[in-house]
Amino acid sequence: MASRPRAAPASIPHDLSRDDLLEIYRHLRRTRTLEEKLANLFRQSKIVGGLFRSLGQEGESVATAYALDRRTDGTGDMLSPLIRNLGSMLVMGATPTEVLRQYMAKGDSPTKGKELNIHFACYQRGFIGQISPLGDLVPVMAGVTLTFKQRGERRVGMVYLGDGATSTGAFHEGINFAAVQRCPLVVIIENNHYAYSTPTSKQTAAANFVDKADGYGVHGEQVDGNDVLAVYGAARRAVDRARTGEGTSLIEVLTYRRKGHAEHDAQPYQSKEEIARWESTNDPLDRYVATLFANEWATDEELTAIAEEVDEELDRAVEEAEGAPMPEPLEALDDVYADARVTAPWTRREPPDPRG
Amino acid sequence: MTTAAEAPTRPDHVRQSERGEPVTFLEAIREGIWEEMERDESVFILGEDIGAYGGAFKVTEGMLDRFGEMRVIDTPISEIGFTGAAAGAAHMGQRPIVEMQFIDFISCAYDMITNYVATSRYRQAGGLPMVIRGPSGGGVRGGPFHSQNPEAAFFHTPGLKIVYPSTARDAKGLIKSAIRDDDPVLFFEHKWLYRRPQLREVLPSEDYTVPIGKARTHREGKDLTIVTYAAMVHKCQEAADLLEKEDGLDVEIIDLRTILPLDEQAILESVKKTNRLLVVHEDTRTGGIAGEIMARINEKAFEYLDAPPLRVTAIDAPVPYSPPLEDYFLPQADDVVKAARYLAGY
Repeated sequence: MASRPRAAPASIPHDLSRDDLLEIYRHLRRTRTLEEKLANLFRQSKIVGGLFRSLGQEGESVATAYALDRRTDGTGDMLSPLIRNLGSMLVMGATPTEVLRQYMAKGDSPTKGKELNIHFACYQRGFIGQISPLGDLVPVMAGVTLTFKQRGERRVGMVYLGDGATSTGAFHEGINFAAVQRCPLVVIIENNHYAYSTPTSKQTAAANFVDKADGYGVHGEQVDGNDVLAVYGAARRAVDRARTGEGTSLIEVLTYRRKGHAEHDAQPYQSKEEIARWESTNDPLDRYVATLFANEWATDEELTAIAEEVDEELDRAVEEAEGAPMPEPLEALDDVYADARVTAPWTRREPPDPRG
Repeated sequence: MTTAAEAPTRPDHVRQSERGEPVTFLEAIREGIWEEMERDESVFILGEDIGAYGGAFKVTEGMLDRFGEMRVIDTPISEIGFTGAAAGAAHMGQRPIVEMQFIDFISCAYDMITNYVATSRYRQAGGLPMVIRGPSGGGVRGGPFHSQNPEAAFFHTPGLKIVYPSTARDAKGLIKSAIRDDDPVLFFEHKWLYRRPQLREVLPSEDYTVPIGKARTHREGKDLTIVTYAAMVHKCQEAADLLEKEDGLDVEIIDLRTILPLDEQAILESVKKTNRLLVVHEDTRTGGIAGEIMARINEKAFEYLDAPPLRVTAIDAPVPYSPPLEDYFLPQADDVVKAARYLAGY
């Protein structure tokens, strides 16, 4: 989808076409609007468990994933998102209805109601959901990309972690392993200033997270995370390096989490002024749209039409997801092992009759 | 299974079974891994010092030369890192074997194994066909961090399988089954068994496997059932021989071979026959495998019991280093004899 046959105006950077720019806008819009719809559903108690927002971070999510070779047949690049990378997931081809069914714990959700929110995988489209112990997907993606190398495939992996997860042992061991093996892996550190409530000053004594790249002997780059095209450029350079055998890269994207850790979090540790400043002067969608208009890369009509299409798409998705069935209780016994269903002893009550 | 074309590439130290020569417990495992790597290109092995050095115990000796550095991978000292990397490779359809230099260090990867690997299939992220193996167990004066039996820490984690063989034949057949299994298997290799001359045996020259989840009757008997596994099988054998000679007791020994899933049927059948149960393991007592076995017998065979089930295990302490301490810490044949006599006389 990144290369439709249409000549790009010379002034668009990074070999992107005008169609790419509109496609990126569509993904940004989908991300933000889907989260708004999820927030409404959360308020209506239709979400099971917590809701995690990426408001203010959508730009870097979408732009980084857009730099990958995205396919649907299991031969493209692979990505492992964080909780706040809904945008990356949508770019890779995860559908809004999948995300909604996940958040509603539906029986036909990608995890069949076994796991939460965007923690789901699809190897055909190229994404592996994270798990909650942060940093664990760095070693896992090192192994995914090790396999690309073992098989001589020119595929690339991308893994996201937050400023907080850089403090984990898994991050250290994973990036070091990838670096030593020269795995085609791009590690994105999203510095959004807070790990739940903990500011970066209590997470590291390093001046910048990108400085850690030197310690691991990998290529490092720091980028304004709310400048969509700059992020795309940095990600693209790292992806190209990985694909051409130059090994692992670390990119620090500087951004800001405008909502709490999850919807329940009133974020008392962030000042209202700080949040308002980022919202009014450094919103990734506002900045992106301003760039598109300033360079005459898109018209107001085009963006409005996309926003309307997105809204319709998402309304349909909400309707579909709401109508989806919940899982049958006995499905709790399935998929622990490949070769046998686990059993419940007679001392456990019989499951309720699904037909009531 | 070896074709004529492959045979010349196999060096002498992995051709013993092919030639009808006896192998040690360690050599059996090496042969098993080697043959699976020949058979299936998606099988590879990673861990510390396993390449040119051949591993701390030389299980992987010669593998680097034969299979190359893309399939025999020396790793940094990073149990989380290389266990996670194995999981990632397994996601992509590889069948990695992780070597823990000593199984004591598996605890460093506890999160990756229990939270990531064990739950992957359930989370619909795909089953992970991977083996995590390494030398375990005491009696070799290794001290607190080179002697552990950490199986119980993983026994409580649904999604894992745990294999702990006691003979060369089972070790080879089970490592092959573990590698071919579509779920993650922890494979414990008791280092006290690795090179014991008494365990050398001639194995089938052709390809064979031993099924995971099936116990083996190591010794048939009618008076008393001992359920055990790994090195303790041999300690129990020693005790059973003595009990037969001195007490005329006919002891049945069930070697679990697989701890998870437990072969409950085999244990029940034996206990229903002998009406007396003794569970013996080298691991410590509280929260150990023996407790679960006794609970199941209590639930399912209570009325068959002529005596309260007993456990002989290590004492609840870290593994001590000095010989008098370790010898006391570990269950010995004498302890088994004493417990068996109590049960027989109850």
